[in-house]
Amino acid sequence: MKGFFTKVLHDRSARGFFTIVLRGFCTIVLIVFCAAVAVAQKPLGIGRVATPDEIRKIDIDVMPDGRGLPDGKGTVAEGAKIYAAKCQSCHGANGIGGSAERLVDRESGKNWDFATNAKLVKTVGNYWPYATTLYDYTNRAMPFMQPGTLTPDETYSLVAYILALNKIVPEDAEMNRTTLPAVKMPSRDRFVIDNRKGGKIVK
Amino acid sequence: MDRPKSISRRRILQAGTAGIVGAALPAAGQSPDQAARPKVPVDPTKVQGPLSTDVGARSPFERPKRLSLGERRTSSLTPLQDLDGIITPSDLHFERHHGGVPAIDPKQYSLLIHGMVDRPMVFTLDDLRRFPGKSMIRAMECSGNGGRVYRREGNQTDLTPQQIDGLTSTSEWTGVPLATLLREAGASPKATWFLAEGMDAAVMTRSIPIAKAWEDAMIAYGQNGEPLRPEQGYPVRLFLPGVEGNASVKWLRRIELADQPFMTREETAKYTDPLPDGTARIFSLDMDAKSLITEPSFPDKLTGPGWWEIRGIAWSGRGRITRVDISADNGRTWKPAKLDDPVLPKCHTRFRLPWEWKGGEAVIMSRATDETGYVQPTFDVLLAARGPSTAYHFNHIRAWKVMADGVVKFAGSGV
Repeated sequence: MKGFFTKVLHDRSARGFFTIVLRGFCTIVLIVFCAAVAVAQKPLGIGRVATPDEIRKIDIDVMPDGRGLPDGKGTVAEGAKIYAAKCQSCHGANGIGGSAERLVDRESGKNWDFATNAKLVKTVGNYWPYATTLYDYTNRAMPFMQPGTLTPDETYSLVAYILALNKIVPEDAEMNRTTLPAVKMPSRDRFVIDNRKGGKIVK
Repeated sequence: MDRPKSISRRRILQAGTAGIVGAALPAAGQSPDQAARPKVPVDPTKVQGPLSTDVGARSPFERPKRLSLGERRTSSLTPLQDLDGIITPSDLHFERHHGGVPAIDPKQYSLLIHGMVDRPMVFTLDDLRRFPGKSMIRAMECSGNGGRVYRREGNQTDLTPQQIDGLTSTSEWTGVPLATLLREAGASPKATWFLAEGMDAAVMTRSIPIAKAWEDAMIAYGQNGEPLRPEQGYPVRLFLPGVEGNASVKWLRRIELADQPFMTREETAKYTDPLPDGTARIFSLDMDAKSLITEPSFPDKLTGPGWWEIRGIAWSGRGRITRVDISADNGRTWKPAKLDDPVLPKCHTRFRLPWEWKGGEAVIMSRATDETGYVQPTFDVLLAARGPSTAYHFNHIRAWKVMADGVVKFAGSGV
C-alpha cells in the first residue's frame, strides 16, 4: 500500500489521475455534507414560536444606539431626589463614599493610567464607554435590594443625575430615548479589541 | 506528606462541631483534635457496617470546603489542593454570582431566543432535553482568578492553591449545542453577536460573538451526570468553553441575536483589561494557558527528604495543553511532567513529576504550553504587557518554596 502511494506520487501522469480521483471524492463529500447541513437546518419542530407579548415582557436590554430605550424622560433635579431616597444609602452622597461602587469621578483617571496606577477607581465618569449602559444596568439590577422596580422616568432621571455629577451633561439636561444615546462618554474611544491570539507572544 | 497541619485539621474540627454521626465526646486526656475525629471500630472486619443509603456522603474524614469571599459572599473558591484528577465535584465547583442564587421551578422555566431570527422561539426544559444533546468535559475559569497574587506579587506566603487560583473548576457539561437552537429559530446570517441574559436578581447579561455559538457554545442542563447545581445555573445555563466564566451566563432566560454588541455593564465597566498604553481590551474572552502545582503547596509539610510527586493542573482556553515543564531549582532547569489521560481541549489537565527532595530549600514551579505554542509567562513578562494594576487574566507562573524543615510556602512567581 505504501509502495502504491509512493509510486503514484512520483509518477506525473499517475499523480494527475490521483488528483482527478481526489477531486471526485471531495465533490461527493461536499455534496453529502451540504445535504446533511440542509437536513440539519430544517427545523426539528421542537419548542414553539414566541408571542410578541412574551418577548416584550423580558426584552429589557438597551443598545448603544438607543434601541430598546422606552418612552419617558427624566431630569437631573428629579434624579437627585430619587437618588437620595433609593441609592444614597449604599452609594453615598453625590455618588462617592458609600459601601457600594463609587459612581462619580471624572477628573482622576483622565490620563487613563488605570493599568499603572493602582489607586485609581473606575467610575461612570472616567471609565464607562456608553451612557446607554447606565440606563440598562440601573433598570435591570438596581436598587440592589429592590431590583427592577424603577419606572422609565425614574431611571432616566437617575441617569441624568449621575451623568451631571460626572459633569458629562449639564445641570438642566433631560434624558430620554433621543438625548441619552447622543451623550458621548469621555472614555468612549479608549477601548480596543482583544489582540491576544495565543502563540509565542504574550500580549 | 503531612497535610493535617492547617487546613485538614481545621476541617476535622469543623466536622466535629457540625455533629458528624459517630463523633465522640471529648474524653479525658484527648486533644480537641483527637476528640473530634469520627469514631470507627477498632477492627472493621469484626463488625457489620452501616447499610446502603439513598444519597451518599463523603467519608467523615474528608471535609473539603469551598472558601467564600467578601461580606456579601458573592463568590467561593474551589479547594484545588484537596482534589485529584481533573473533575471538580459539583458541590465544590467555584461560585460567582451578582444577585445571589435564584430559586427556579424547572416546570416554569423557559428560554426565549429572538432578535435576528426567522422565528422567535420559546423552549421549555423538556424541549431542550429533547434536542440532540452532547456532553463535554471542560474547564471554566473566572478571569479575575489569580488577581490577588498578581497585584500583591511576593507579599504573601501563607496562601493555599484555593486562595490563589480557586476560581477554576472542571465538569462534564451536558446540554444542547446553541448552534442547534439557532438553526431551529432560523438565525439570520447577518447576526454577528448574541446577548445572553440570566434570571437572577442581577439579570446578568453578556454579549458574545456569534461565531462562538457556531463553534462550541452549549446550552447546558447537566453537570457531572446530574442536573446543574443551583449555584451553577439550575436549571439551564450558557456554557462557553475556554471563555472567562462571567460570560457563561447562568439561569439563562433569553438569547437575543443582533448585529452589534449590547455593551452591558459587565463587558464595559467590569470585564475589560486596562493596558499600559492608556487603552483597555474589551471582549477579552479567551483564557490563556496556565498551570499551578497543587501538591506540595501551602500549608503542606514534607516529612523528610526523598521521593515526592509534584502534582498539579494545567489548562488553556485556546485548546489542548501540549506540555507542562517543572522546575525544582527556581526556574534554572526544567523537566517535562507526565500528562495524565485524558488531555482535553479547554480543560484541566493533570500533570505529575516524581521529584527527589534532597533536603534544604527548593523552589518549585510549573510552566504550561498549549497547542497554539503559547507558553505560560513569568510575572515580569505579564507585568510588562499589562501593567501592575490591570484587571483580569492573571496567568503568570506560580512558585512554591520548600523550606529546609519541609514547610511549604507560596513564593509568588519565584524567588
